[in-house]
Amino acid sequence: MRMLATIIRTSLVLMLVCGLLYNLAVTGIAQAMMPHQASGSLIKGDDGEIIGSELIGQNFKDLNDFQGRVSSIDYNAEGSGTPNYAPSNEDMIKRTAEAVEQWKKDNPDVPVSELPIDLITNSGSGLDPNISPKAASTQIPRISKLTGIPAQELQALVEDNTKPRELGFLGEPVVNVLQLNLALHERIAK
Amino acid sequence: MINFLAIIVPVLIVILLARPTGLYVAKAFKYERTGLDKVFGPVERLIYKAGGIRQDNQNWKQYAGSLVLTNAVMIGLVYLIFRIQAYLPLNPSHVANMEPTLAFNTAISFMANTNLQHYSGESGLSYLSQMIAIVFMMFTAPATSLAIAIAFIRGLTGRPLGNFFVDLIRSITRILLPIAFVAAFVFIAVGVPQTLEPSVVAKTVEGAEQIIARGPVGSFLSIKELGNNGGGFFGVNSAHPFENPDNISNMLQMILMMLVTTALPFTYGKMAGNAKQGRILFVSMLMMFIVTLGISLTSEYAGNPVLNALGIDHHQGSMEGKEVRFGVAQSSLYSVVTTASETGAVNTMHDTLTPIGGLITIGNMMLNTVFGGIGAGFMNVLMYAIIGVFLSGLMVGRTPEFLGKKIEGKEMKLIAVTMLIQPLLILAPTAIALAVYPETISNPGFHGLTQALYEFTSSAANNGSGFEGLGDNTTFWNISTGIVMYLGRFFSMVTLLAVAGSLLAKKTVPETTGTFRTDTGLFGAVFLGSVIIVGALTFFPAVVLGPIAEYLTLKP
Repeated sequence: MRMLATIIRTSLVLMLVCGLLYNLAVTGIAQAMMPHQASGSLIKGDDGEIIGSELIGQNFKDLNDFQGRVSSIDYNAEGSGTPNYAPSNEDMIKRTAEAVEQWKKDNPDVPVSELPIDLITNSGSGLDPNISPKAASTQIPRISKLTGIPAQELQALVEDNTKPRELGFLGEPVVNVLQLNLALHERIAK
Repeated sequence: MINFLAIIVPVLIVILLARPTGLYVAKAFKYERTGLDKVFGPVERLIYKAGGIRQDNQNWKQYAGSLVLTNAVMIGLVYLIFRIQAYLPLNPSHVANMEPTLAFNTAISFMANTNLQHYSGESGLSYLSQMIAIVFMMFTAPATSLAIAIAFIRGLTGRPLGNFFVDLIRSITRILLPIAFVAAFVFIAVGVPQTLEPSVVAKTVEGAEQIIARGPVGSFLSIKELGNNGGGFFGVNSAHPFENPDNISNMLQMILMMLVTTALPFTYGKMAGNAKQGRILFVSMLMMFIVTLGISLTSEYAGNPVLNALGIDHHQGSMEGKEVRFGVAQSSLYSVVTTASETGAVNTMHDTLTPIGGLITIGNMMLNTVFGGIGAGFMNVLMYAIIGVFLSGLMVGRTPEFLGKKIEGKEMKLIAVTMLIQPLLILAPTAIALAVYPETISNPGFHGLTQALYEFTSSAANNGSGFEGLGDNTTFWNISTGIVMYLGRFFSMVTLLAVAGSLLAKKTVPETTGTFRTDTGLFGAVFLGSVIIVGALTFFPAVVLGPIAEYLTLKP
């Protein structure tokens, strides 16, 4: 009986310390020191309205825009997820083959061999904000034709929005699709 | 082109941190006065007092009893919180109460250090539940297994086992809490949210409405990795950009997952007074780790032959289910780290891995000795070391000895039962699932078999990752994996502590020239041989029917 009392009391104390105090202390300090990151790295427009988050991808269906990765959840960040297709899954193979056909239609000037695999595969989170630099530059001929902006200028935009590997060697260089498209829209507005 | 530096650097950091961390852990659990008492003593005394903890030595039955009972009480408390979360504060997204079988599964899952999740964090748990149920268990579960691993080592090395409550509290105050606290701020600095504010509504560039879930993720994330817990705040775990924004956070997560588990061989070496033996075990495990990593990387870079045949630019490798910022290299490395350390966090969807990449993750969990989870993994390793000694003894016809104690019938019976329970927990329910509940399996063909096999392997090994296409939030899966996780966790803890108790009662035999030395390269080879032979004999048939068959069907 004595041991049971010890166990219950210890459990409640640990719940208070590890569950509540620890989390609240970190939240308090983080909100005071790094409010931008702690609140979700939100991007605000000129009117102060929230456009999105630097870290969360968005849907770009318009062919004038740079397009991001396949998202089975349509970038609905209320949740997250993928269809979890196995490499042998027929639905996945069919979806990818169709994406290649669509690419040929939308980008007649760019051969399929120039289509990087990240553009036609579903990301792990369904919210991937990035594409590879190659996946951005391969869309330039299409966007240049549709918007009339010279290809070199678009290439410069892509390079401006390319984030190199962290510390110079970790991971992969990426292009943030949302920020790239915001820069593109700014250029179009000019 | 593989970016080798990005693979070598994290692995090297892990190797360099292992020994100092191991020596620190040994010191943290010393009952004699150390300098650490000055720092942590006041807080610990406060907790002992509030908890009513008497700091007396326990025998193996008392130690195991306190452990099982404490964990049972915690499971009960957390179950209750899940069931009434809708009525409790800090629930800005108005999450409903959890359904009973799911709450049963989730409470066991987190207490068993498994973190198998049949719910999605965004919609299944309130902020309060994430904090006082999930994070609470993310501290107490690894603290429990670290405590018992230390008690096991004490027993093997001829010392009293100690007191469960003292070891539990020390694991938290001296190891988990300080490291998690500091790491949380690194995560937040690179973009992990830490807020109690509700989801935010954004108006996207295309003019649509985008609801963005967030929460107190930073403090959750650091203990999730450090404690080899692995349960995600968000549904897709560390593939979510908020739960792993870049490669700084990704590398830190991998280091935290490996930190304590790679340190324990050195803790053991220190406590046993035989640093060389600890080093041999460390190197043996590191060799398995590097081999599995090499195979996984090769397979993921080669990609999916069927997609590659479409004529696209596939030099990035297999990108389905992966995030661009990690690419194949960091995804593959993470998948090996998370299964070797039995954490279960994922930054890529394991269901979408190439067949051989998936085989490596499942293989790591079946062997459960490539470092393994915090504490529990190392106990498993010592079990295989004893099996190795026993087999060697049989071959030369001598009574086997380990650390100067004779290994006899009683110990071997306990170990044999422990060894046999794991395949039973994995293969039997997999067979039932395939026969009775095939509709819950999402991918057709051989891969479907792997999905069910993975779920139970992950449960039994207390890993917690999944082939997540599985429709696993059903009564069958919730109850079956709940039971498998519970037995996978607590059965071996009790039997192995009984082995330690039995050895502790024996007289030490003096070492002679005929003693099989357990601190040589030969012993390392015997250890590896035992692991691989036992693992391969047990699981080879199932693996051939699953990932290997899928591999052969994809081959061009």
